[in-house]
Amino acid sequence: MPDLRRTRIAGRAVGIDGNDIDTDRIFPARRMLCVSFEGVGAFAFEDVRRKSREDGGLHPFDDPARSEARVLLVDRNFGCGSSREHAPQSLLRWKRGIAAIVGESFAKIFFGNCVALGIPCVSAAPEDLQALKRATAADPALEVVVDLEKKLVKAGPLTINVSIPDGPLGQFLTGRWDSVSELLEGREDVAALARTLPSFGPRENH
Amino acid sequence: MGKTLYDKVFDRHAVRPLPSGQVQLFMDVHLVHELTSPQAFGMLRERGLSVAYPERTFATCDHVIPTASRARPFADRDAEELLVALEKDCARYGIRYLSPAKGEQGIVHVVGPELGLTQPGMTICCGDSHTSTHGAFGAIAFGIGTTQVRDVLATQTLVMEKLKVRRIEVQGRLRPGVYAKDVILAVIQRLGVQGGVGYAYEFAGSTVDAFSMEERMTLCNMAVEGGAVCGYVNPDATTVAYLRGREYAPEGAAWDEALRSWDALRSDPDARYDDVVTFAAADIEPTVTWGVTPAQSTAVNAALPSSHEFPAGERSTINDAYAYMGLTPGRPLRGQKIDVAFIGSCTNGRFSDFEEVVKHLKRSGRKVRPGVRALVVPGSQRVREQLVAAGYDRVFRDAGFEFREAGCSMCLAVNPDKLVNREICASSSNRNFKGRQGSPEGRTLLMSPVMVAAAAVSGHVEDAREVFALQSQKE
Repeated sequence: MPDLRRTRIAGRAVGIDGNDIDTDRIFPARRMLCVSFEGVGAFAFEDVRRKSREDGGLHPFDDPARSEARVLLVDRNFGCGSSREHAPQSLLRWKRGIAAIVGESFAKIFFGNCVALGIPCVSAAPEDLQALKRATAADPALEVVVDLEKKLVKAGPLTINVSIPDGPLGQFLTGRWDSVSELLEGREDVAALARTLPSFGPRENH
Repeated sequence: MGKTLYDKVFDRHAVRPLPSGQVQLFMDVHLVHELTSPQAFGMLRERGLSVAYPERTFATCDHVIPTASRARPFADRDAEELLVALEKDCARYGIRYLSPAKGEQGIVHVVGPELGLTQPGMTICCGDSHTSTHGAFGAIAFGIGTTQVRDVLATQTLVMEKLKVRRIEVQGRLRPGVYAKDVILAVIQRLGVQGGVGYAYEFAGSTVDAFSMEERMTLCNMAVEGGAVCGYVNPDATTVAYLRGREYAPEGAAWDEALRSWDALRSDPDARYDDVVTFAAADIEPTVTWGVTPAQSTAVNAALPSSHEFPAGERSTINDAYAYMGLTPGRPLRGQKIDVAFIGSCTNGRFSDFEEVVKHLKRSGRKVRPGVRALVVPGSQRVREQLVAAGYDRVFRDAGFEFREAGCSMCLAVNPDKLVNREICASSSNRNFKGRQGSPEGRTLLMSPVMVAAAAVSGHVEDAREVFALQSQKE
C-alpha cells in the first residue's frame, strides 16, 4: 500500500495574483470535453497564459524559472465558481505537479476537490501571504516547506502560521484522504440507513 | 433550542462519524450529466468497484448538447464521445437516463424538480455547482467534483462536515419589474462572492414565502455564486402543490406520510442560526452585473462605482474587472450596447421565466433590434413543449428571437452556442466570469430574463420598467 500521509510538502513556489480566481479561469470549459483527466495539465490557465503572451508578458506558469514548482501561492477565494475537478486536476498534472496550495482562502467545492486529490490547501493571513509571495518572487529557487503537522509554512528565514480545518487536516496526516476506501468501510451502516429513507422504485417504461 | 432544516436533514442522513471527525453522509439522489461524470465511471472501474445504488442515480445530457439540432452523432466528436460514454455506463449499471428520445432531457437542475425527483428533506448531489438549485424544495443539495461522483457511485455517500447556517430574510413586496434574479444578485452584491463560504443559506421572509417554486429555484441556484454551496427554502404549501402528481413524487398513503414528514422538517421557530441578514424587497432594483464576478453589480440606473468606493485591498481586482469589461466608472450601465441576448439556463430557463417575457413582448409589440443575436433556450424538453403548446414559441420567433432546443447553451462554452471575440451579452445565466460564454474576451452582463428582453429590443441595456411600461401596470 502506498503511504498516502501528507505531513510535509517541500518544493519551489509559483504565484498567481488576484482575488476570486474562478475555475473557468483555471481551466477553460472547452477543454472539459474529455473522458479522462490524462493530459489536462497542459491546459491550466490556458486563456490567461495566451493573453499574457499576446500582451508581451510572461505568465508564471510559462516562466522557465517556475517549471519545477510544487507549491502554488494564491490570494482570496481561489477556485470559486464551477465544481469542475478539471481545475485542480490540471494543477496536479501541470509539469511536476502542484502538491500544496497556500492562499488567503479557498472556495468550498474547490477545496473539497483538492482534498480528494491529496492536495492540501492551507490559509494564511494576508500580510504573511504577501511576505511569502515577495520572498519567492525574489528567489525562484527558494524552497517552500508546507508543514501540516505544525501548521507552518517556511521559506528561507520566513516562517508563517497557516490554518486548515481539522477534518481535512486529519485526513492528510493519517493518509485517509482517499475517501472511497474510507466510505466503503461503512457499507453495512449505509445499507441499514438506506432502508429507512425514501427511494424510487423501478418504473415501467424505464 | 430548536434546529434548522439543514441540521435536521444532515442528522437524518449521517451514516457514522469518521476518524477524521467528519461524517459519512448518505445521498438520497445523485444526478449525473455528461460533462463532469463520465470520467467517474472510469475511476470506479480502476478501483474494481461498481455502482452501489443505481436506483438513486439519474442521468441526463445538458452541457454539450447542441441547441440548433440535436441530430446524432454530434458534429463535435469530443462531445459525442462524452455522451456515448455516459449512455454506455448508464446501460451497463442500470442507471436511468433521461434521454432526448423519451422527451425527458434537459438541464439537470430543471428536470430533477420537473419529474418530482427533488423532494423536501432529501440530500442531493451532482457534479455541478448549481445543484444548490434543488434547495428550493427544502432539500440539502450541493455540487461535488468528479472524484466525489465516483464516491457516490461506489457508496451513495460522501465525506462531509456540517456547514454553518445563515438565514437570509427578504421582507415585503418586490416592485414591478423586480424579480427573484434581482433579489439574489442584491444578496450577493451585499454579502460578496466569498461571504457564504462555510455556510448554507436559508432563504426566508415574506418575499420568499410569496415566491413560486420556480422563483425559489432561481434564488437557490445562485447561492453558490455567493460562496454558499447550498441554499434552501423551508417547504410549505407552495412546495406541496408543485410536487403533487409529479412522476417520482410519492403516491397514496406514501404521499400522506411524506406531507407529515415534510412539515416536521421546517426550521423550528427557535432554531439557532450562525448569522441572520435582512433585506427589504422594496429596496431592490432591477440589477445588472458590470464586472467579472456576480457580486460586481448595480441597479440599472445607478452610476458604476468608482474603485475608491471599495476597500484598498480590492481596488486592483475592481480596476482589472473594468479593464476587461471596457466599462467606465461613474456612468450607468443603461445605454451600454449589446451584441447578444440569452434567455435560458438553470437559473432562468423555466416556463414562468419565458412566460413573463412573452407577456411583455406581446403587450409592447417590440421586436429584437437588428444586429442583436437573441436566443431563447428552454431549460428542458418539457419546458419547450409547454411553451409550444401555449404558442409562445411563435411570440418569440415573431419578435426576432431564435427559439432553440433544450440545453445549457450559452451559459458556458461547451456547445456550439458561444460569444465571438469581444461580444457583449445580456444574459439570464449565473456567471459573468472572464471567458465564461465561450470567447476568452467575451463579456457577460447578468440580469433577469425581462431585463434581457428589454436589452434585446433596445439594442442596449435598458430599464425594462420603461421599455415595457411596467410602472403603470397594476397587479
